[in-house]
Amino acid sequence: MKALEISKLKKTYSNGVEALKGVSLVVEKGDFFALLGPNGAGKSTLIGIISSLVNASSGEVKVFGDSVQKNRSQAMRHLGLVPQEMNFNQFESPLDIVVNQAGYYGLPRGLALERGEKYLRQLKLWEKHDKPSRQLSGGMKRRLMIARAMVHEPELLILDEPTAGVDIEIRREMWEFIQQINNAGTTVILTTHYLEEAEQLCRNIAIINHGVLVKNTDVKSLLASLDVETFILDTREEITAPPLVDGIRTQLLDPTRLEVVVPKQRSLNSLFTQLNDQNIHVLSMRNKSNRLEELFMRMINEDNDPKESSL
Amino acid sequence: MSSALNWVGYKTLVRKEVKRILRIWGQTIVPPAITMTLYFVIFGNLIGSRIGQMDGVDYMTFIVPGLIMMSIITNSYGNMVSSFFGAKFGKHIEELLVSPLPSYVIVAGYVTGAMMRGLMVGSVVSIIAMQFTDISIYNLSITLSVALLTSMLFSLAGMINAIFAQKFDDIAIIPTFVLTPLIYLGGVFYSISLLPQFWQNVSAFNPIFYIINAFRYGLLGKSDVDITSAYIIIILFVTLLASACLWLVHTGKGLRS
Repeated sequence: MKALEISKLKKTYSNGVEALKGVSLVVEKGDFFALLGPNGAGKSTLIGIISSLVNASSGEVKVFGDSVQKNRSQAMRHLGLVPQEMNFNQFESPLDIVVNQAGYYGLPRGLALERGEKYLRQLKLWEKHDKPSRQLSGGMKRRLMIARAMVHEPELLILDEPTAGVDIEIRREMWEFIQQINNAGTTVILTTHYLEEAEQLCRNIAIINHGVLVKNTDVKSLLASLDVETFILDTREEITAPPLVDGIRTQLLDPTRLEVVVPKQRSLNSLFTQLNDQNIHVLSMRNKSNRLEELFMRMINEDNDPKESSL
Repeated sequence: MSSALNWVGYKTLVRKEVKRILRIWGQTIVPPAITMTLYFVIFGNLIGSRIGQMDGVDYMTFIVPGLIMMSIITNSYGNMVSSFFGAKFGKHIEELLVSPLPSYVIVAGYVTGAMMRGLMVGSVVSIIAMQFTDISIYNLSITLSVALLTSMLFSLAGMINAIFAQKFDDIAIIPTFVLTPLIYLGGVFYSISLLPQFWQNVSAFNPIFYIINAFRYGLLGKSDVDITSAYIIIILFVTLLASACLWLVHTGKGLRS
């Protein structure tokens, strides 16, 4: 069953900006799907069209088989949206916000109150349920938007950068909550700038740039396509020139920090042996960026300048 | 979406609007009550006692229908522009736009909310008016129907203003430069028979003139216009504005990119 089916979607704004240039995409039911892309790539326009906030210039979006363009009301019943920007009335209380949203989806008031309490408790907002929502912290406001999107228990939940500006502890709690929702059967589409988040949570991934889909695959295959990994090594001794290591590119960042680019088939043991032979002792080692981030940056750079090396 | 689900959505939207009106009662109910009390004291009591009678009734009694109607018009319109534009400006209109609610439920919910404010304030002003003069309603059904239709008409007009508004200035221009002059020149404080023929002809193009006179007929049995013509004009405007609102919300003009 297809949770989301996007066919040849195009969007040109009235100022002439071509935000989407014929995007086609399928997200299967139950998937945890990442939609990535740099700022201005067309992600928000795509989400806007799926959620009917933006009118498409051409093409079609179907949510669980219902066309957003032809049968908007029915399509929207399947969908819950957590937008990037705060879009609730800051003078209303969290309970009013989620209960009203439930009412817009036709939930009787008794059930709406019950669901409102359930999700506000799950997202640790119940203590503030009757306070004006402008008094909530940034993280609480983001969680409130998740509670609001979940109150009608949608089959497809779209989260547009839900953890932006949220501290690590709350972010991990939010990941846990979203994972639980996905495990319970809700299809989740996530956009994020934290690629660690996409790598940890998502099974499938699409990368969009300049309004075009540049990659659409599963996270495992994508990571398998990574041919090199870049590490930062902290050394005990100060080094004056980058050491020569067979088959591995090295670059001195400062006298005690070395960047090494290791091809995937190379063993790290040979790197350490050769460094040891040159009297360079490694105190610690870490990835320069997470693996998905490294791939993402290459893909985007390649798309921006096709002459650069490919993956 | 089934009609039962739409009904729940409509009730939710109306409840939310009424709650907003009551939450900020110091801005929504009290100011018009104070303003109208001043009108009654100054124009009705102090100046009115020197004017004597107009159209066969005390001046104080003569201005009551116009002042009640003025409250209904300005508050229905004001509620819609501030609530709908506020939702647009604060982006929480998106809560409705991403929901399955069809356009007509969104329009109906907001219009009902704005009508509630217009009629609430109209009722408060009527109670204040009773402290200054005796009002015996001449025709209850005409009085109520004109009040309902008028509040609906100006709620719809306010929605169109809010849809096209880009900034807060845009929702102040129409009430200040269009609505207020039309109300004051619509016969709130005078009978059209006092005007020279030319200005009587000009007044015939002012829809608010028909509304105030229809309401005055309902309350006092006095009117400068034919009551049937007044109904036709009011219903015509309601139909036109309702169609415009439905089309604008359905196509997403000013709401969806």
